[in-house]
Amino acid sequence: MTHMTSQMPVPAQHLVPSGNNRLFAAGSRATLACHEQAYGPLPLHGIDGNFVGVLEQSGLTGRGGAAFASWRKFSATGQGRRGALLQGRPVVIANGAEGEPLSFKDKTLLIHAPHLVLDGLLVAARSVSASSLYVYTTAVAMPAVEAAIAERLDARRIQVIEAPETFVSGQASAVVNAIGGGNALPLDNRRRLSESGLKGRPTLVLNVETLAHVALIARYGAHWFRSAGSDRDPGTRLVSVSGRGADQILEVAGDEGLGSVLAHAGIDLPGVQAVLVGGYHGRWVKPLDYRLTPSGQAGQSVRPGAGVLHVLSTGQCGLEATAWIVEYLAGQSAKQCGPCMFGLPAMSKVLAAIAGGDRDPQLVGELERLGNLVARRGACHHPDGTLQLIHSALEIFAEDVRAHLTGNCTRMSGRPS
Amino acid sequence: MSETLHINWTRCDGRGLCTELLPAVLGRDDWGYPVIRHPGNGDGTNAAIGPDDARAARDAVKLCPKLALSLQAWAEIQ
Repeated sequence: MTHMTSQMPVPAQHLVPSGNNRLFAAGSRATLACHEQAYGPLPLHGIDGNFVGVLEQSGLTGRGGAAFASWRKFSATGQGRRGALLQGRPVVIANGAEGEPLSFKDKTLLIHAPHLVLDGLLVAARSVSASSLYVYTTAVAMPAVEAAIAERLDARRIQVIEAPETFVSGQASAVVNAIGGGNALPLDNRRRLSESGLKGRPTLVLNVETLAHVALIARYGAHWFRSAGSDRDPGTRLVSVSGRGADQILEVAGDEGLGSVLAHAGIDLPGVQAVLVGGYHGRWVKPLDYRLTPSGQAGQSVRPGAGVLHVLSTGQCGLEATAWIVEYLAGQSAKQCGPCMFGLPAMSKVLAAIAGGDRDPQLVGELERLGNLVARRGACHHPDGTLQLIHSALEIFAEDVRAHLTGNCTRMSGRPS
Repeated sequence: MSETLHINWTRCDGRGLCTELLPAVLGRDDWGYPVIRHPGNGDGTNAAIGPDDARAARDAVKLCPKLALSLQAWAEIQ
């Protein structure tokens, strides 16, 4: 991280962050003064419904996992409002729940650059004419967000709501449910949140990192945003790197090579067996010549999801690591939808049997049969995300599956730490 | 007009009434929950309802003890 220390007034163009250090350019635990010194003032008065066009040019995609085009979400919320007369004004929610255990980039961003997220929230609210603004985050980041709100007059109407520390608490409809006074559990998805979300109002739920990028696009424009990353994946993204004792947050260019990101994190590449990309709903990959982007071709690129990169060492057993994660995920089912409530524990049991050395040759077939029962049968992505992880493990650790079924696995436990 | 039967999984309790009214459309899984027999595009939540099943589908929506079913015009979910 770089910290600007000059006290001299500098022309606006000199404030523009260059390279990949964009989101933390105001330094650690940035106060409003540091924030404004690093980025200049927020041109909020110039923001209106046309900002969605700037967002479209920027090519920004959501950084919370799904990588949906941000401008489409903005646009849908605006249209949802026009569609019905009695709907009320839109709601914008900054989602910092970050229920993914291996992800810590959103907490880090809220603690060190809260003003950038607040700026993005104000810009989003103004561009869709929202009247209610929320920041939804876990206890650890709340003091920093509340302190940042207290520092500025334009953020007084932003409400901060605490998110529980559960895996599904950040799912968009769970966020709306929690802020509406219910539990942080996903809702049936028949109606889109952009049409009918919080209290029936059009609702825009955006990841906090996405909003931080929105704040920078509002200041420096789409062209600047695209000056990092590639044409198909412009801008930068935060990644949470873990495993092999290297827990850290990095800001990397879009479309970066996986190996180069890990090397940059100081990880000894020959010691890497495989990498879990995208978190517990992500996939295992090896070798490391993949591009980290949501928009490439399968086989050459891997979707970063919420930016989780977890390294499995050569000596660790990937099946055991996956079995442990799936057991956790089964326990994190909201237990609302039957196929998830019963199917995930059933799959977890079979996977644990394979990982634990049960040599029944039917086990892999049973896992696939259960997977077909779970797929696409839930209100949220939890069962499908879990299936994706299991499928990738069976593919990437195919040799280990054979070793287990013949009693020959010699690796150590791969439980994520 | 073609319709789809939407299963709200957060409400469904696997009572099985719909699977009895629509045996050609819905089966039951290991735990008793409805399974769409011929899912379009792999969609396990919205079942296509042909004209022959339209009446039974309406009955299923009305009679589901958990109010977990709804009918939509096909275009609505596209």
